[in-house]
Amino acid sequence: MSNSVIIGQYVPGQSLVHRLDPRLKMIMVFLFIIFIFLANSWMSYLVLTLFALLSVVTTRIAPSFVIKGLKPVWFLIIFTFILHLIVTKEGDILFSIWNFDVYSGALWKGLEISLRFFLLILMTTLLTLTTTPISITDAIESLFQPLKRIRFPVHELALMMSISLRFIPTLMQETDKISKAQASRGVDFRTGTIKERLKAVVPLLVPLFVSAFKRAEELAMAMEARGYKGGEGRTKFRELKLKPMDVWIFILFIIVLITFWILRT
Amino acid sequence: MSQPNDISFQNISFQYPQGDEWALKDVSFHIEENEWVAIIGHNGSGKSTIAKLMNGLLTPQSGRIHIKGLEVNEENIWEVRKKVGMVFQNPDNQFVGTTVIDDIAFGLENHGVQRDEMLKRMKYSLEAVKMEGYENHEPHNLSGGQKQRVAIASVLAIEPDIIILDEATAMLDPIGRNSIMETVDHVRSERDVSVVTITHDLNEVLFADRVIVMNDGEVWKEGTPREIFNLHKELGEIGLDTPFVTQLSNSLKSEGIVLNQEPLTHKELMDELWTFYSRT
Amino acid sequence: MDILFENVSHIYQKNTPFEFKALEEVSFHIPAGSFAAIIGHTGSGKSTLIQHFNGLLKPTSGHIRMGDFNITAEKKVKDIMDLRKRVGVVFQYPEHQLFEETVEKDIQFGPKNFGLSQDKIDSRLPEVLKSVNLPEGLLSRSPFDLSGGQMRRVAIAGVLMMSPDLLVLDEPTAGLDPRGQKEMMDMFSRVHKETQRTTILVTHSMEDALKYADYVFIMNHGKLVMEGTPLEVFQKEEALNQVGLAVPEVIKFLHAFESRFGQSIPFKGQSIQELAKEMTEIVRRGVKDE
Repeated sequence: MSNSVIIGQYVPGQSLVHRLDPRLKMIMVFLFIIFIFLANSWMSYLVLTLFALLSVVTTRIAPSFVIKGLKPVWFLIIFTFILHLIVTKEGDILFSIWNFDVYSGALWKGLEISLRFFLLILMTTLLTLTTTPISITDAIESLFQPLKRIRFPVHELALMMSISLRFIPTLMQETDKISKAQASRGVDFRTGTIKERLKAVVPLLVPLFVSAFKRAEELAMAMEARGYKGGEGRTKFRELKLKPMDVWIFILFIIVLITFWILRT
Repeated sequence: MSQPNDISFQNISFQYPQGDEWALKDVSFHIEENEWVAIIGHNGSGKSTIAKLMNGLLTPQSGRIHIKGLEVNEENIWEVRKKVGMVFQNPDNQFVGTTVIDDIAFGLENHGVQRDEMLKRMKYSLEAVKMEGYENHEPHNLSGGQKQRVAIASVLAIEPDIIILDEATAMLDPIGRNSIMETVDHVRSERDVSVVTITHDLNEVLFADRVIVMNDGEVWKEGTPREIFNLHKELGEIGLDTPFVTQLSNSLKSEGIVLNQEPLTHKELMDELWTFYSRT
Repeated sequence: MDILFENVSHIYQKNTPFEFKALEEVSFHIPAGSFAAIIGHTGSGKSTLIQHFNGLLKPTSGHIRMGDFNITAEKKVKDIMDLRKRVGVVFQYPEHQLFEETVEKDIQFGPKNFGLSQDKIDSRLPEVLKSVNLPEGLLSRSPFDLSGGQMRRVAIAGVLMMSPDLLVLDEPTAGLDPRGQKEMMDMFSRVHKETQRTTILVTHSMEDALKYADYVFIMNHGKLVMEGTPLEVFQKEEALNQVGLAVPEVIKFLHAFESRFGQSIPFKGQSIQELAKEMTEIVRRGVKDE
């Protein structure tokens, strides 16, 4: 039994960033991403990068851990950079490798796009590192509230998300159990041709689906027995309240954005 | 009867849509206020169907069900579900919240309880099931018994008049089972609430004031645990076991030992033997 | 199958903050042909232990010998398929593993994976169906149309088809009603006796261990804390209580009887009627003495 199933990448903590209202956090990340694409001068990039690094430091999560979290995208970032070196042909020729000319424009462009990409991934990673999935769900429910007017099922969507989060570890444990049971019946998940391996997945998927449906049925009954009848007339236990600190941080963020705007060319 | 019963079933018959036999045939019984009733019977005897009829999860084809004088029908169903709390068999498939506290909140939110009232009720219901300090635990880090205790706490928070445990201990280990029975016993000592346990665990039956034995969709017998286990042989015929003490005292009786009352516990049987032994 | 564990430990997620010692220095020997019971409450390391029997897990240290197979941390288990062919595991709620369209196909699934010939499968099937008490008429049905108890028998039939040398049963009666539990255990007892194979039963039920096993192991916090014949182990009421286990009711009663009447009735597997007879003698003697 491994009880260390981690959903998302949340790292528990008590830092300023952790405690920041999840709605504000999401809005800030959203605005930040838009502004990344509006940056057009060295100085404006510098402001964004400094802010991002400041955020990393404030989370009190070891930078090495954050870097490790970016691992899957390092490749993409480097790949984008090299791609730009190859295809962009602007500015002066800086140097040549194997008859291949590298232009100064390409270097700048490559650096710029890679930096944008890096900042984008870094900030969204920080969001998931410092916010529990359930808080993100709460924030979405709260932010999408206005959409209720156009009959968008905000409450149902949020409930669906939180139930999915609740059942991910359960289903992971179940997958482990069933795959072990089938391995004991001679199923080999590890070796064989692609076709054989795909075939080996059937004995795993069918029982998983059967059990998931059974769970869903029982859960629906339990929810009904506990008085669930949709969002109507429901009160809410989890409530998001803005604290003075949240407001201050947001003001700071706006100042950063204004500085950024001024430094654009 | 001067005061209304907590639960009354009048001539209830029920058939599942796909089933070709009646799951319940003309079943009538009452459960009094503050009573603990155990419903036993082998699988397919109709005992779990009864539980689901009590709060309108199923609707009978004929007959009437009243909860606290309120008829269970389309109109009253949400009122009824406030009065009847239910704990199901599978600990995982009734845990809705991502954490313990969220799970208790779920029922309270459904019933529109205000937030400050919620906090009060959460506190005492967690205390009642001895799960204080587990507020932020996630379900996959809890044992089956702990999850079922949270389920009981969730039910208690709604302040129901009746708690139904529908084979709530069937999937637990002995430690989990004991903890659930102790919890229910403890809850009953602190507040007025009727308990209906649907079970095939004989030791759970001993906690009850009264036992209803179901067989093939009919009420086969009603009585105190003592009266029911007295029917040792007949129970065997409908596929039910009796506890060790009952079996032993029956064998002792056939050896000619006179027992004054049907013993239910080790101690009772030992005392009877001692009485017999020291009699001159 | 002769089973030997020597200082076997298993640590989950070693060298991480989540490190968890599930088995600690476990050593024991189960001779071929015996019916052993492993008892311990949830989290005692039982499930981790049984996953070592067919190589689903390897020990992090120590040495395991399953018949001719050797399992250690370093080595890859040679012919793991062969080991799994000879060790049949009935997991908890085995009905959850069914997936084929028909009962027949599901029963044949394991045997086919292990390369049993169709002839052999066909010749064994009727016998296996008989021992798990499933009518042949069910073979063409979908396993998902059956009752829970029948589904479990289908899953067990699939394991018995391999006629394994070792049969590992992980709480095979969980969730059944008392009659179903008794039928299930009687079936395994019969299967054990008929074929002279080794059976390992993982259970919470002291009564079952007493009734069916000829050797008992008690696990607690990943360690093997007691072992012996059921009669030896269940004499130690206090030691068992300390690890959160109770002795079977019958023994508990006999202990109480002894302290009340000053005369012991040694338990050697008597039926309730026989015990009643012995008690009656003692109790009557008391009446005469006075």
